[in-house]
Amino acid sequence: MTNIENPKVKIKARNMTVHYGDAQALHGIDLDLNANEVTALIGPSGCGKSTFLRCINRMNDVIEGCRVGGSLSIDEQDIYDAAVDVVELRARVGMVFQKPNPFPKSIYDNVAYGPRIHGMAQDRASLDALVERSLKRAGLWQEVKDRLNASGTSLSGGQQQRLCIARAIAVNPDIVLMDEPCSALDPIATAVIEELMEELRRDYTIVIVTHSMQQAARISQRTAYFHLGDLVEHGQTETIFTTPQHQQTEAYISGKIG
Amino acid sequence: MTDSHIVSSFDRDLADLNRLVARLGGLAEQQFAAAIDALENRDVSSIDDIIAGDSALDRLEQELNDRAIEVIATRAPMARDLRSILSAVKIASVLERVGDYAKNIAKRSRVIIQEETNRSDTISLARIADIVQGMLRQVLDAYATGNAEQAMDVWARDQEVDALYSSLHGDVLAVIAKGAEQASVSSHFLFIAKNIERIGDHTTAVAEQVYFQVHGSMPTDERPKADLASGPSVTT
Repeated sequence: MTNIENPKVKIKARNMTVHYGDAQALHGIDLDLNANEVTALIGPSGCGKSTFLRCINRMNDVIEGCRVGGSLSIDEQDIYDAAVDVVELRARVGMVFQKPNPFPKSIYDNVAYGPRIHGMAQDRASLDALVERSLKRAGLWQEVKDRLNASGTSLSGGQQQRLCIARAIAVNPDIVLMDEPCSALDPIATAVIEELMEELRRDYTIVIVTHSMQQAARISQRTAYFHLGDLVEHGQTETIFTTPQHQQTEAYISGKIG
Repeated sequence: MTDSHIVSSFDRDLADLNRLVARLGGLAEQQFAAAIDALENRDVSSIDDIIAGDSALDRLEQELNDRAIEVIATRAPMARDLRSILSAVKIASVLERVGDYAKNIAKRSRVIIQEETNRSDTISLARIADIVQGMLRQVLDAYATGNAEQAMDVWARDQEVDALYSSLHGDVLAVIAKGAEQASVSSHFLFIAKNIERIGDHTTAVAEQVYFQVHGSMPTDERPKADLASGPSVTT
């Protein structure tokens, strides 16, 4: 369908601005994100990377006093258009958070929750199949198939995070946003998630915010570096981490005082 | 690199690597100069020291490799930091080779000195050696100061060395053609000239690394070649 030489633009941001009250968090971001790629958003705290991520599924809408300007389109459709159904949008654009946050329900119900709400399964058998497929895609099926009725919160941190990924992909999204998905996980659980992301990008477009330079370098095809609300540099990951064009990028990835 | 790392011990690690390269460079220069001095002054007294001195370069190169592995493993360097570590390793390996050539020059010089011959081509050999010593000094300066332009000057000067070597090669063959009694000394003489010419090539390899470290890519211009002696057309 798509490949890295001939990528298809999935998400297109033009002159995106975000204000929280009087404070401007993003200063006119122009950024194209390709389908079936992992794009890493990096930068120091407060640089705007998470704000940008939250623009992609309109999570900023729920923040009091937040104003979003410019345009952001997915498959050429402006998601800030008045006609857009935000609930539907958030099914298309799944999100995984820093801290695993399974519902206090069974493993099965965690995954089945979204499909039930969206009326995606006609009967129990098709719901079972959907849950199984989602857990398999999230690389969790083998570990939980014999205890689907156990509570989601009884799983280990890494398993909980994969459960959240299964929950996000159960509603068949195009895009999965990840906000520091491994920062609460140990290195082994982190490696499992990273391996999973490489699998997932065949079916989804992935945007990840990470504070780990090594993680960004390992898992992404493209990297975007944000600083004080501006997009400083965006390009192929290997270029960003070997020969960045901007001094600020170089300073940040090298751990220097910029 | 004017700005420093937030973790200051990382800066000290990188500075340590630079210092090891500088020490290795200093030793290589010293060994090379001593070998040429011995030949020019027909003085065999220093030759054993030169030969024994080579192991210090080997040890220093090993030490640098060990430190580089440590820094890569513990710091996960990126961008220019990573390039500077890779360059240090590559330059160290080149300088260790320069030491080997100096040692070989010293060994062959002993034979030439003991033969008690007086040859006119010693003068052109001294000329090449002088240029190559200057190149080595300059490229080590360029490394120390991160000056890619200065490094590229060295890179360009190698064609002069190649041309002089070609000409010397022809002269030595002419001497051999005149009579067999000089053949053994002439062959040593030719190998010394070749060793010096190789050191010149190695300084250009260092120059390329300095350029790479600064710019993140290798120099693109094809270096002009003037070493006709390596070509098939030399039939003298």
